[in-house]
Amino acid sequence: MSRAAMREDKSHLLDDKDRALINAYQGGFPLSERPYADVGEKLGLSEEEVIARIGKMLDEKILTRFGPLYNAERLGGGLTLAAMKIPEAEFDSVVDQVNEFPEVAHNYAREHELNMWFVLATETPEGIEETCKRIEEKTGYPVYNMPKEKEFFVELKFEA
Amino acid sequence: MELTEADHKLVEVIAPGLPFVSRPYAVVGEQIGMDESEVIERIEKMISLGVIKRHGMVVRHHELGYRSNAMCVWNIPDERIDEIGEKFSSYDFVTLCYQRPRRLPDWPYTLFCMIHGKERDAVLKQVDVLAEECGLQDVERAVLFSGRRFKQRGARYAMKESQ
Repeated sequence: MSRAAMREDKSHLLDDKDRALINAYQGGFPLSERPYADVGEKLGLSEEEVIARIGKMLDEKILTRFGPLYNAERLGGGLTLAAMKIPEAEFDSVVDQVNEFPEVAHNYAREHELNMWFVLATETPEGIEETCKRIEEKTGYPVYNMPKEKEFFVELKFEA
Repeated sequence: MELTEADHKLVEVIAPGLPFVSRPYAVVGEQIGMDESEVIERIEKMISLGVIKRHGMVVRHHELGYRSNAMCVWNIPDERIDEIGEKFSSYDFVTLCYQRPRRLPDWPYTLFCMIHGKERDAVLKQVDVLAEECGLQDVERAVLFSGRRFKQRGARYAMKESQ
């Protein structure tokens, strides 16, 4: 394992109870009057412990957030996956330009001629095309817009 | 069913996350003049409508040791996309599966699936398993491992669904 990978992998910070929380509640968090107490009862923890553990995992950035994960399209917004083909020498400067757009969510370098891949989320569906155009104007490179046409349902769950 | 103005208010106020108090839904309700029971009912409704995809912990997969995040793309003929998409999504190691448009001539691929693995070689073997078991040995494909990650904002929307 590379040093960078070691630094990123924080799974050693988790104990069995943290893992049980993550594995059980990546969805389906209770909608009850005292949800933390209900979760604690199932896992053998007090209400305070459940709250403290979730807070700690947020602080350690093992969780990005805790609460609802929205479907942007059903909220009336736009969402797409986009790619660009950027010469290696210019990659770093273009990635900075692209990431300045608030509509750009996570952005990954990938091993391919199309080497920059990012998600765009906009308040309206029309915002996608418009943002792609603005990114093209700013960077001088074309944006390949690849909106989803169909989703095949998969339960997304990472085992901790 | 359309979301009401009250729903949108609730969407805004819980977007940063649930408060860490004994009765979080009551505290959320106080902020927008809604009863605890109404907050709970509206969240239930939004889950059933698919506006909320999941309600709970959103993990950073890198930090859990899933560092080999591979986007596997396949040039599946249009008439077979549904069949193969259904097959792919039945595999445990496939974490997402989408149909997306070709962008010719640079990009002939129609079906995208994500494999989040802990080791690169294991991910490549899983791609071979898909090809073999679904009869796709002759189908053009590419595996794009993620390199540097430049931005991951606290995903308020279901951005993970797309990459």
